[in-house]
Amino acid sequence: MPARRDLHSVCVIGSGPIVIGQACEFDYAGCQALKVLREDGYRTIVVNSNPATIMTDPGFADRTYIEPLDLEGVADVLRRERPDALLPTLGGQTALNLTVELYEAGLLAELGVELIGASVDVIRRAEDRQLFRDAVQSCGLRVPASRIVTSLDHVEGLPVPAVVRPAFTLGGHGGGFADDPEGLRRQVERGLAESPIAQVLVEESVRGWDEFELEVIRDRLDNVVVVCSIENLDPMGVHTGDSVTVAPQMTLSDEAYQELRDAAAAVIRAVGVETGGSNIQFARSRETGEIRVIEMNPRVSRSSALASKATGYPIAKVAAKLAVGYTLDEIPNDLTKTTPASFEPTLDYVVVKFPRFAFEKFPGADLALGTQMKSVGEAMGIGRTFTEAFLKAFGSRELDPGSPTPWATIDDVPEGIHPWFLEQLAGAQRELRSGDIWRAKRAGWGDDSIGAAWGTSGEEVRRARRAKGIRPSYRRVDSCGGEVEAASNYFYSTWGEEDEVPPAGDRERVVILGSGPNRIGQGIEFDYCCVHAAQTFRALGFEAVMINCNPETVSTDYDTSDRLYFEPLSPEEVLAVLDREQPAGVVTQFGGQTPLRLARFIESAGYRIMGTPHAAIDLAEDRERFGALARELGIRCPPWATVEGAEEALEAAREIGYPVLVRPSYVLGGRAMRVCDDDDQLRSAMAAVTGPVLLDRFVENAIEIDVDALCDGEEVYIGAVMQHVEEAGIHSGDSACVLPAQSLTLANALEVEHVVKRLGPALGVVGLLNVQLAIADQTVYVLEANPRASRTVPFASKAIGINLVEAACRVAAGAKLADLGLEPPRPAEISVKAAVLPFARFPGADPVLGPEMRSTGEVMASAADLPTAYAKAERAAGRPLPTAGTAFLSVKDADKAAVAPVAAALAGLGFDIVATAGTASTLRGAGLDVEEIAKVADAVAGERTVVDLIRQRRCDLVINTPQGSGARADGYLIREAALVARVPCITTISGAAAAVHAIANARAETALSLQERIHRGATQGSSASPLLGVSDNA
Amino acid sequence: MSEPRGYLALEDGTVFRGRSVGADAVVFGEAVFTTGMTGYQETVTDPSYAEQLVCFTAPMVGNYGVAETRMESDAPHAKAVVMRRLGGEEWAAWLHGRGIVALDEIDTRALTLRVRSEGAMRAVAVADERSTPVETALEHVREQPSMEGAALVAQVSTPEAYVAHPEGRVRVAIVDYGAKRSIVRRLAAAGAAVSVFPHVCDPDELAACDGVLLSNGPGDPEPLVEETAVVRAVLGRVPVLGICLGHQLLGLAAGHETYKLPFGHRGANHPVLDRRTGRVLVTSQNHGFAVRPTEAAEATHVSLYDGTVEGFDFPELRARSVQFHPEAGPGPHDAWPILESWVAELGDAG
Ligand SMILES: Nc1ncnc2c1ncn2[C@@H]1O[C@H](COP(=O)(O)OP(=O)(O)O)[C@@H](O)[C@H]1O
Ligand SMILES: Nc1ncnc2c1ncn2[C@@H]1O[C@H](COP(=O)(O)OP(=O)(O)O)[C@@H](O)[C@H]1O
Ligand SMILES: [Mg+2]
Ligand SMILES: [Mg+2]
Repeated sequence: MPARRDLHSVCVIGSGPIVIGQACEFDYAGCQALKVLREDGYRTIVVNSNPATIMTDPGFADRTYIEPLDLEGVADVLRRERPDALLPTLGGQTALNLTVELYEAGLLAELGVELIGASVDVIRRAEDRQLFRDAVQSCGLRVPASRIVTSLDHVEGLPVPAVVRPAFTLGGHGGGFADDPEGLRRQVERGLAESPIAQVLVEESVRGWDEFELEVIRDRLDNVVVVCSIENLDPMGVHTGDSVTVAPQMTLSDEAYQELRDAAAAVIRAVGVETGGSNIQFARSRETGEIRVIEMNPRVSRSSALASKATGYPIAKVAAKLAVGYTLDEIPNDLTKTTPASFEPTLDYVVVKFPRFAFEKFPGADLALGTQMKSVGEAMGIGRTFTEAFLKAFGSRELDPGSPTPWATIDDVPEGIHPWFLEQLAGAQRELRSGDIWRAKRAGWGDDSIGAAWGTSGEEVRRARRAKGIRPSYRRVDSCGGEVEAASNYFYSTWGEEDEVPPAGDRERVVILGSGPNRIGQGIEFDYCCVHAAQTFRALGFEAVMINCNPETVSTDYDTSDRLYFEPLSPEEVLAVLDREQPAGVVTQFGGQTPLRLARFIESAGYRIMGTPHAAIDLAEDRERFGALARELGIRCPPWATVEGAEEALEAAREIGYPVLVRPSYVLGGRAMRVCDDDDQLRSAMAAVTGPVLLDRFVENAIEIDVDALCDGEEVYIGAVMQHVEEAGIHSGDSACVLPAQSLTLANALEVEHVVKRLGPALGVVGLLNVQLAIADQTVYVLEANPRASRTVPFASKAIGINLVEAACRVAAGAKLADLGLEPPRPAEISVKAAVLPFARFPGADPVLGPEMRSTGEVMASAADLPTAYAKAERAAGRPLPTAGTAFLSVKDADKAAVAPVAAALAGLGFDIVATAGTASTLRGAGLDVEEIAKVADAVAGERTVVDLIRQRRCDLVINTPQGSGARADGYLIREAALVARVPCITTISGAAAAVHAIANARAETALSLQERIHRGATQGSSASPLLGVSDNA
Repeated sequence: MSEPRGYLALEDGTVFRGRSVGADAVVFGEAVFTTGMTGYQETVTDPSYAEQLVCFTAPMVGNYGVAETRMESDAPHAKAVVMRRLGGEEWAAWLHGRGIVALDEIDTRALTLRVRSEGAMRAVAVADERSTPVETALEHVREQPSMEGAALVAQVSTPEAYVAHPEGRVRVAIVDYGAKRSIVRRLAAAGAAVSVFPHVCDPDELAACDGVLLSNGPGDPEPLVEETAVVRAVLGRVPVLGICLGHQLLGLAAGHETYKLPFGHRGANHPVLDRRTGRVLVTSQNHGFAVRPTEAAEATHVSLYDGTVEGFDFPELRARSVQFHPEAGPGPHDAWPILESWVAELGDAG
């Protein structure tokens, strides 16, 4: 049955900002779906608030809406576009939840929009505990039994072992496992106390059972195909997103595997998914073979992205085609071309996924893994054996030295792992100890690991093995175990095998290095850049070759480049690919910090870096040299010194003057950065770091500016000047930012431009340049220069309607800026980027902003004026600003002066003002009506505290700026309560001012597509100064 | 201790070296590959693999040991097992104990690609290169009979008829060309009493049962003239269901032609279209010969992989067949209903 011709337009909902549990896998899914829907002639409309996605690029859909993913935002788009159908299965849980909301609000019926891919009934049957249990039981299978408990009286007689999950606590806080009735009682007691509504779910525990996932696809003729089986190494009890996983499953016999396969098919049928993919999770007892169905996601998922990359079977693409009426036998397999999508993939290699954690960013947070996901990214390794794949993935995590993480070293094996895996790892260790390079390589050990084990360096091992002719060979991922001839362009390396078809063809090649696993500070933004780089180099007539190891991304879609090497981004693997490809150039400026670490190896192996050379990176990163350059150019930096050890630091600080900022170099995302006000703080900050660090004078009360520019070695083009909402000191990745900058004086704006224009050529940048500056008391300081693509490039490109990555690639390939004919950017509107923070996952870590980046993702909103854009961005970030109610304020002394106007504005808007003693007296002093409330620490028994107020949902806005360490505990309790109650909690006074301004002045505005915005920008231009996109009315 | 190094050599002279982990022997046969990712023991004990050297494309083989319940017959039939990475010692010991040559650390993908592009070939597996150099082995390979024209069922069929499952609502006779135990198990589970007959037997005895199942088996169907005659003799007298070789014999009996596939279908992932319903089954497959493609209406099932005939239905003869393995073992259970509904129909008719 071919595609449905009664449908003409299809709307796809994205998954919004990157959060833990929902990352760029949904961009990958969305892109694939949009591609095939357009090929089939459908008009496509996409809604997503995340500007760093490829799917929101203007060329990917007919209409692209960067709008908040809430009922109002999506309804607005549907009303304007009136699509025939809505495909809700590509945008994760966000899209499914929104779809149910749209349905319940009667909007789908009102607008005549048909749901394709999953009906509301299906979504409910998969999501609702009771309905799901019924569906599972109807096919003779079991879910873990569970019961909602609201009082200790109900614990008697509940079966153990059990898992207790409190309702509405942060990251499942207060939950846990109980093995006996007494333990259960204690656990329930604790859970009831922790849960703000005193409710827990007590569920039969199957902790320690093996956990499996099956990726299943069904078409409308009821044909069912299992795309991939995934086995979790960490058994039940550790979230699959946090587990090390392997595909295909390794430990089940055929009869055991077929039992799961049958169960998966039965569940997808019972839940009633008509077309598309589902992820079904199972627990299986190693001893008895008993099975429990844990959950089912009736949509594409993180696991389906992994399965797609693991097998070469593009699940999202196929799901989109099934949704518009095709059947599995009608859809060709991309890799073989000759077989259909009903051909189940078979693997002649093993794939291992390792989660990437970011615990180092959340001191105080619980490191133990449990039923709530905590990892922020993942890396995948492909090898011909389990250990080869395992060791690749293990080494691809790019751990920060010393950061706490599960399975930090090979011997640090988590509990409960199936003995088969342990045997395999022991076998690999034996091969390493054999002292034989060949055997060690065959087992999958990297040169660096071998070097470390044998007391030499990776480079030395490489030299020795190459002298013996030991080099990797490359194998193809073809989805069929070699049974069908496949011209796939998807490769991985192995050892001691034939090499499959070395690259031929006469086009020059460019190798693009990706950014590896997502982590805080280096995420989807860099993948966006890499994908555009591949597209641009292809358009320029090169063959684009991609190296990356992140299974979630668009860059590791084999459709993105001419050849994909799914390999770790370490010197060994990258150099081996370069040897094979003999590229005209290697592109290192788009993958964040990861490729920069490789630049030295690449150049010393004789390959050319296309665009900005390593020397420029070194010059920018080496503070001594950069400092000298800045002096030479007459550019001001905050006073600084490089020091090693506490004594040197204290001495330098006396010269620089407090407050100082402690920062290790060569890091991203402000890792381990601390602001210190005095000797004591400095001493403790220095104790936490090793090696040389940089001490910077911390510029107080400064406006922070981010500039993204292009340089061809001589000329500079300023693409975007963005102003941060929060002051300098809040990491640029965590603060909201506005484009064009709103409050720069003309003189400052000109100086910023001047600084960037001198820095570009002086550093030797050929491509993108990002400069961060702070402006205090009309003085412009350069905080840092990054001669590479920055996190803001996608946001800036979309806001100004100019693709900065494409321009950078052309420059890197030899064009001059003058050749590109870029117009000065004149955005017609104001765009705001807001960050999304994962604090709710890390109970125990204080949710305040600081110089260390902790956000996982971002949203964008545009409007004709700042308040409207800001309010929309906050909505998109999941923190809709209240328009009435009660505002609670408690600020540190330094902010007392600035808090009065904020409170006055709120009072003027009709808010009731509540404050703690100090703040209250300031506000009263300013003539405001304030209700005073006790801090937790000061409250006498029974007295109502601010935390109670928040918990009782009697507070609609929290403004709390952290006092020094003394009030930490109290502030923490307030902020945590706000997080749990989902009350917007603002921790800087500048953020508060922006919010209040937005509450007062935001207007209702209908959604506008990116295509229309760009068109408008091109015809109208902005009211702002054409110079920099900066207005001079400050 | 230096481990014995073995190899597999194809008749075209290509040699694949590896580690010998099974019996110390030199064995000849047809080199074939299977793409199934589970079920190595079922595969090796499937009599249809007689006279074959089986290469597993699965990366790791032997991970979960061995079990009596996974036997598809009394003993292994494949003569050699070729693996990229042995996944467990129990499996190697089992093969060793049963005289099967097992090669580990072989570049199985290179072997597979070779067989795919050049076709299944005569080959030799040598456990110890020191005792049998490649040149000698290859000379012998070229003297071996080819699979084309090979009548092999006599060597795997039962010499005497026996009762495999005494109780049931209907009585099914399996003609044993190398029948897998899973067929018996599935028939029994569907409620049939099962008797097993030798590959050449008295058609009257078969016709006295409620249904006749023509089993799977090794080799080329074309030389099986006597067996085909028996099939022809029962057609129309009793409901018949053919599986794999049984399907090919039914095809021959009904006037279709069979031919040797370049390298066969072996695995657990092939989609088969039921032309009557438009439904797709994911099937377990293991065959080197096939019935020539036809548009004839009686060809009910077709391979979505290469268009070969995957099933017949001759309603007037009360005979039908499938080329794939509805009994699974190993492989997906999607086609179990074919056996179940056949047994149910036999019951209804009786
Ligand atoms: N009954 C249980 N006993 C033990 N562990 C469980 C149980 N239910 C879930 N888990 C663990 O919690 C994880 C998350 O549960 P799941 O229901 O899949 O939620 P999510 O929607 O976050 O994926 C699972 O991957 C599993 O490891
Ligand atoms: N000297 C300084 N004074 C005030 N704030 C600073 C100073 N240096 C850095 N910051 C703040 O710290 C954040 C992170 O510093 P930055 O040098 O940009 O590190 P990263 O390389 O992680 O981006 C900046 O965004 C800024 O807000
Ligand atoms: Mg789950
Ligand atoms: Mg920065």
